[in-house]
Amino acid sequence: MAPHVISETLHSLRTMKKREYIESGISLGMIVSSALIIWKVLMLLTGSESPVVVVLSGSMEPAFYRGDILFLHLGTAPVRVGEVVVFNVDGRDIPIVHRVVKVHERPNLDIEILTKGDNNYGDDTVLYAEGQNWLTKKNIMGRAVGFLPYVGMVTIMMNDYPYVKFLLIGILGLLVITSKE
Amino acid sequence: MHSFTYRINSLATFSLTILSVVCMMVSFTDVFNSSPPLLSVKLANVERFQQLRTGNEEAYLAFQIDADLEPAFNWNTKQVFLSIAAEYPSKKNALNQVSLWDRIIQHLDEKHIKLPYVRNKYKLQDQGSHLKNKELNLTMYYHIMPFVGRMRSGSVTFPIKMPSEYISSNPLPSWKAMNPSDFKDAQRKK
Repeated sequence: MAPHVISETLHSLRTMKKREYIESGISLGMIVSSALIIWKVLMLLTGSESPVVVVLSGSMEPAFYRGDILFLHLGTAPVRVGEVVVFNVDGRDIPIVHRVVKVHERPNLDIEILTKGDNNYGDDTVLYAEGQNWLTKKNIMGRAVGFLPYVGMVTIMMNDYPYVKFLLIGILGLLVITSKE
Repeated sequence: MHSFTYRINSLATFSLTILSVVCMMVSFTDVFNSSPPLLSVKLANVERFQQLRTGNEEAYLAFQIDADLEPAFNWNTKQVFLSIAAEYPSKKNALNQVSLWDRIIQHLDEKHIKLPYVRNKYKLQDQGSHLKNKELNLTMYYHIMPFVGRMRSGSVTFPIKMPSEYISSNPLPSWKAMNPSDFKDAQRKK
């Protein structure tokens, strides 16, 4: 069955005229841009730079496992203890999902936050930047408000095995170009 | 219409659509199906209360906890995260929240937790020395984590008062002494 699919695809590619090439290129571009639009609208609605994150480590088990997806919402309410937040350490890009265990808020609303993974023995001070003992509001990317299990496994596979990413994009692109709908 | 790709494509789309609809329905049942748990926290003992050389005060507290989580669990509840935090304002900070104890109760665990005496997991450390005679709130938070859908939380507050003098070591009060197996049971699932 697989060789049949491949020969079918190759045949469609070869018999396409120039105009059809351009049309399928445009439809591919439309799909990519609508995905981007949806992502940006989600960013606006949730107020967070990253409205959906994939859990990358097992430090919040058994609540969240590697590969789960979290929906984030930033909002204007101040960060309080017990909330599950996603934060970026100064200078690093990887979002970390942990729970807030300490909050010290000054009268001028400056805030110092300490986080800890449920499954970790110690708090996150070792994860913060050199000399940084507390997180501030600008480190926080959002609060976790919703949860879907397993769906993010695809992202983790693509991170661990980069060639899967190219393979997937290649196959999808091919399918879009050769389908005549 | 009968090629391999069309079949795989429609099968995948169909199952994904059905899966997301079922997930949304499951998460929707949470609205009708759970009520707040019954929680009670008392301060059983202040085991240690001292000022460090850095100028910060710290205290080691012990609690008596009675938490009935049965009303909060439904078929979509994976676990409940219970935590106790001390909350108080001070001269330096408008608000301090320090988490002192937490426990994860999963859907297959015993749901009514009765701990006659349990030491805090994390000490109460102040930024400065504002804790003597302080009236603070022990707030017990519960965070309900579903199998799919929206996470919910709530809290119950119990006011307590800190001692007026430093305590270097307060032993377990004898009238609250437990037999060793009860104590081990209380300390077991930290």
